[in-house]
Amino acid sequence: MNKASLATALGSPSAFGQSQFAFMRGNAFEARVKADGGAELLRLVHEKLDRGAEPPERAQVPDLTATGPEGRAARTSLALREATRAPGTWTLLDHPMLALDVAGSPAFLEPDAVVVHPDGSWTVVEIKSFPMLDGSADPAKVGAAARQAAVYVLALEQVAARLDPSPRVRHRILLVCPKDFSNLPTGSAVDVRKQRAVTGRQLARLTRIQEIADALPEGVCFSPDLPADELTAAVEAVPATYAPECLSACELAFHCRARSREAGAVTSLGRPVRAELGGLTTVEDVLAAARGEAGDPADPAVAALRRAAALRAEALATAAATATTSATATATATATATTGSEVAGCR
Amino acid sequence: MSLITTLARLEAVRTGRAQPAATVRHRHLSDRPLVFVPLTTAGEAGAPLGALVGTDRDAPRLLVVPQPRDRDLRFAFLSELADVVLPHIEAYADAVETAERTETDPETGKRVKVEVDLCADAAQLIVPSRAGVEFVRLLGRSMRFRRTAEQDPEAPHPAPPRVPLLGRWLTHYGERARVPGSSLLLAMTDLLGRHWATGQSTLEDQHLGALLAWIDPPEGASGAETALRAELARDADGQLLCPPAGPATDPAFDNKLLAPAIERYDRARTALAAAEDGLEADERLAALTAAEREIRALVESRTRPTWDAVWRGLDLLRELPAGAHAEERWTRDRWSFTGHRDRILSGEPPQPRRDDAVTAANKLATREREQARLDAQEALDDPLVMAGRRLAGEAFAGEVVDVTMAYSEGKRPSPRPLVTVRTEDRPHLGDRVRVYRSLDGRPQAAEFAGQETEGVFVLRIVDKMGRGKEPEPGSVPEKGDLVCFTLFEHEQRGGAKLPDPEQTPWTHGGPPGEAAAVPEAADAQTEEDIL
Repeated sequence: MNKASLATALGSPSAFGQSQFAFMRGNAFEARVKADGGAELLRLVHEKLDRGAEPPERAQVPDLTATGPEGRAARTSLALREATRAPGTWTLLDHPMLALDVAGSPAFLEPDAVVVHPDGSWTVVEIKSFPMLDGSADPAKVGAAARQAAVYVLALEQVAARLDPSPRVRHRILLVCPKDFSNLPTGSAVDVRKQRAVTGRQLARLTRIQEIADALPEGVCFSPDLPADELTAAVEAVPATYAPECLSACELAFHCRARSREAGAVTSLGRPVRAELGGLTTVEDVLAAARGEAGDPADPAVAALRRAAALRAEALATAAATATTSATATATATATATTGSEVAGCR
Repeated sequence: MSLITTLARLEAVRTGRAQPAATVRHRHLSDRPLVFVPLTTAGEAGAPLGALVGTDRDAPRLLVVPQPRDRDLRFAFLSELADVVLPHIEAYADAVETAERTETDPETGKRVKVEVDLCADAAQLIVPSRAGVEFVRLLGRSMRFRRTAEQDPEAPHPAPPRVPLLGRWLTHYGERARVPGSSLLLAMTDLLGRHWATGQSTLEDQHLGALLAWIDPPEGASGAETALRAELARDADGQLLCPPAGPATDPAFDNKLLAPAIERYDRARTALAAAEDGLEADERLAALTAAEREIRALVESRTRPTWDAVWRGLDLLRELPAGAHAEERWTRDRWSFTGHRDRILSGEPPQPRRDDAVTAANKLATREREQARLDAQEALDDPLVMAGRRLAGEAFAGEVVDVTMAYSEGKRPSPRPLVTVRTEDRPHLGDRVRVYRSLDGRPQAAEFAGQETEGVFVLRIVDKMGRGKEPEPGSVPEKGDLVCFTLFEHEQRGGAKLPDPEQTPWTHGGPPGEAAAVPEAADAQTEEDIL
């Protein structure tokens, strides 16, 4: 299902898109890193992750072309097995295809590269075009890259588990970025154990797609060709809790935000806001409780809200009073100044 | 975010207009701020696309890089930027007044007062958003290690003369922006977000157009709707009506308008280079100029709305009365500005890529101290901020219900009056906890001496009552007075002094030694800068 076209059909198109400048730059940089049989890339893997092994002089770069994602995934597994059984050689898999089970349905993933070390262990390589300035890059972008790589590590582990003896998938991945303001590649080893554990747990906890589908009413359809109101009703049938973080991750976020705002949910102001307000979940509930019109005064959240409302009103009143006084004072001062200058003028 | 701000946000949702989050202006605003609205090229580090810059809201200077991947054109842009920014900064650097500063005499080791120059005012730089502040840092980093032809005649691609100097100033501004409460370099979204609470999340508040729509919607319109339009509305060509404040541009703009225009420019340039005679060259030069003018118009169309928005934000902020302590913090900014001016005048090398251990520790300590200072001063200046501290149990306000005179025990008894305060606040008071109130702008300390009943506290005033046996008039609150005590200190004491760089212990890398004496090399440059 294409969520972007669904969002457009719902009347809240997503704002995702990539500038062709960034796209071209990313492709050009990746091509440069992988040029010459991946010599530069393997040099970085050797230098940053596996200094003990012999330098990668002659590396294998198996051909992974096949028809369809299933075919490519099978071809990748085969290449990985062969590479692992040839100790003492470096192997670079350029754009392999991996399959990962997500909530009961297979998802196909395409890492930038996977390297098989001479000892038979596997490393994920992620090539990004944001710069590494003086050895450090934007932490938010590095975090996103690490989360992405962790998913690849999980998928590789599933492939490894099917081999006997099963090879080690390294938990330190290689992040390759342009150095400073040049287009020379530089690498950094990133430990993704934490991201891997988090992603693994989240994947295990995901509600099975089958269960979600079972819970839907009979005949629900998400075709973008449907009239908007029918489509909205269909989307409503799948429960979703919107939070502002969704805006940077999901194509349907603007639609969910509009629904969330319509319902007056306080989460649309951020998850911390929601956490502060206890059992009160809508804007009207909170404001009514703060005004003393609703809510149980024994509830600590309600009591705190009323105190906050009282203190806020008092502070605003004080400020307004000060402003009036100072305005009067200024007026008086101006008047005096005027009088003063008049006097001066007379003399 | 305190519950009081949350309430303000919810109130904003209900009314459709932003609500005050402050009653005074907590940042200094210069009379002549330099506004800088930069744009960058997607996917390239430190490749500016253009900018609007200036101090006159009606006449910004438009700077454009028609082909951002061309090093010479980028240098031309930076050189032009230096021509606008450096004279502005230097005008402030030249006007000085004398100030006193305590310094440790190197010979005697005593603290002595010395007279030094302090810039009478400092140049203030305003950018639209937080990403703009980061971009200023990035520009500074990309420029300060460049070598001019004069510094290094051998280097390929020398930088124009004043570009490294601009890099050092921008680095200083970017670095200073990380100090809480400083106002040398400010982001308009942060400024507005500090003073108003909107009915959207802080994440969405990063959009300058939407933020302004909440604060000052057009007559008769709801802020919420105007904000939504500012955020999402597109014209028939799919372009945003309110372009993002940058420095990143909208991908739709890049792909549909900018990329074709740059391509036309590139073609016109190639054609000009291939011209065979003067007549043909003239014609092709005209085509090139037209292509360049087109890109300039595009860049202006994306920066001008943001430029106007920044100035509108300044208007709104100027309507608020200045906070009492904002000026004092600005004086610290002036010291910082003067310090950097002096370092440049004395010929010090540019700021290093990585700080040494002592500098890094000093910076961290400064940021922590300034954060505590900012928190205390904002609360003292603004009853709305104080309300948040009262809610958190860090301050309390109430009425004095009783004053009993008492004296300290000792040879010379000093006054230690007991003041009983009734309050509805719930401060976290333990035995002998110190509390402070502001007495003519200076903190007066008291000790918690006991609780009579629920909400009635007895405090023992301990200082600021003069040297005599009887307290000076006005120094002790009287019955019926309204007082406000805080549990936090009003003035921040500096921490322990750090060793000189030469005394850095080996655990922290040891003394800088010879490595630091060698000036840092310029960035490596690759031949094909154009990918």
